[in-house]
Amino acid sequence: MDIFLFILFASIAVFCAVNVVVQTHPITSALSLVGVMGALAVLYLLLGAEFIAAAQIVVYAGAIMVLFVFVIMLLNAGGEAKSAGRSQMVRWLGIPLFTIFIGLLSYIVQRAVPAGPGVSFGQFTGGTPRDVGRLLFTQYLLPFEATSVLVLIAILGAVVLARKEIE
Amino acid sequence: MNFFLLSMLKAAVVAGALLFTLAYLQWVERKVIAHIQIRMGPSRVGPHGLLQPVADIIKLLTKEDLIPPYVNKFFYMFAPFLAITLALTSIAVIPFGPEIEIFGVRTRMQLADLNIGVLFILGISSVGVYGIALAGWSSNNKYALLGGLRSSAQMISYELPMALAIVAPLLLANTLSLGELVEKQGGAFLGVVPRWHVFQMPFPQVVSLIVFLIAGFAETNRIPFDLPEAENELVAGFHTEYSSMKFASFFMAEYANMITICSMATVLFLGGWQPLWPAALGSSYVPALLFAGAATVMIYHGLHPARPKDRYTLPAAGVVFLLIAGVFLLPPLRPFLIPVFWFASKTGFLLFVFIWVRGTLPRFRYDQLMRFAWGFLFPVAMLNLLATALVVALVSR
Repeated sequence: MDIFLFILFASIAVFCAVNVVVQTHPITSALSLVGVMGALAVLYLLLGAEFIAAAQIVVYAGAIMVLFVFVIMLLNAGGEAKSAGRSQMVRWLGIPLFTIFIGLLSYIVQRAVPAGPGVSFGQFTGGTPRDVGRLLFTQYLLPFEATSVLVLIAILGAVVLARKEIE
Repeated sequence: MNFFLLSMLKAAVVAGALLFTLAYLQWVERKVIAHIQIRMGPSRVGPHGLLQPVADIIKLLTKEDLIPPYVNKFFYMFAPFLAITLALTSIAVIPFGPEIEIFGVRTRMQLADLNIGVLFILGISSVGVYGIALAGWSSNNKYALLGGLRSSAQMISYELPMALAIVAPLLLANTLSLGELVEKQGGAFLGVVPRWHVFQMPFPQVVSLIVFLIAGFAETNRIPFDLPEAENELVAGFHTEYSSMKFASFFMAEYANMITICSMATVLFLGGWQPLWPAALGSSYVPALLFAGAATVMIYHGLHPARPKDRYTLPAAGVVFLLIAGVFLLPPLRPFLIPVFWFASKTGFLLFVFIWVRGTLPRFRYDQLMRFAWGFLFPVAMLNLLATALVVALVSR
């Protein structure tokens, strides 16, 4: 069951991720990105990271991407035209070079990452909001507070940039 | 019993009840609004218009399904689907009652008791914006686009005070699971006042409840915040170009969201399925007494009829109500029916408040709406949250 769900949502994530790049219309790309985030949230759930899954949906899919879509609609951006003629080199060498690149990448990752015991579904149980909160306020207090100050500075910066000059 | 079989059974019951409520909520709304405006409301189809929802469903199903030529086909079809799916999903985590035992099977009266239940609802409602925004954009119509943009801006703005209002009772309860949240609101102070979060010491959450409900009006695009579909400015807003069942999907989504918001308010603030006063003082006889009282009134009016046909309809309805009152007294059904009664009556009361406000208040202007969210509601929710946090920290020390 876990494996089935994993394969289903992993393929949805990959399909949507490819779709983000392939689509020519910005709204379609943005919504594909939302699809990627939703599928990722399910994968987090499968791994037992419930809080992260919920945060993924609330923050990324629900807040950030809504603003993206909102801005795209407000600007009424149209679809971009596909470039008409591709060069001969791209046409013939594109797919072989891409395959080689992916192969090299996977080889390097496999060598660099030590082979440990694989991830098994349902083993990790420390992903509830209670556990995450406890860790944030004990072990990771300093990074947490530093990040919050950073976010505050970013908010102030955004307000200063967005404010109209009053003359 | 098999887990899957049990879940499917529960899902079927809950979905059936939800869809039935959706259909009749709309009838109730039309009746209540009509009586507020001193009209009769639907009265032609069936007695007191009781079959009006059926007639509406048949009408919507058989209407021609127009697709305007310049729409973005895929998103035009996808938007109502998204809206109704997300609106109906949230009911899965709402607890209707405690753990009960039917035919030797112990189960919670809730589809799924997630330990992130509150976050789940927040997530679903924040993704729900896409349905309306996409409908407005894909219709390729300036009124629809304006409606969609207004709606997304409004829903993003009101999500903040709503989330802050939700956090305050969570501080008192110390859990994110909706089932546990209700269980912690059991019992009573001094044996009388229920320990619901609105009355909960050390910091009663009255302000939170009001902020939550106001934000709920905005989240469901209802009067006084129904700017996305303001008829006199935007025709019908984001669903201008929709007809037939696609329009019905948006309509149903709005009502489903209303039910979700009201059940959330019940669970978070009003003690979910906990009774109004302890069962030791006889609160479990309330439903039977209420139905029996209603039956008595009906039979009395049946014996002194104002209209000729009341002589038959009112006593018949009275007998049905008496039977319902009897069902609430049957010992094997009591542990199951009484909590559902309390949950349904609180949610129903809040739904009535939603309708009541619609009949009473005029619409806001758009700048007033935004200023109200950011300039008043957000600071109030924030102050309430800080005060609650301070008091909880001082008391728990």
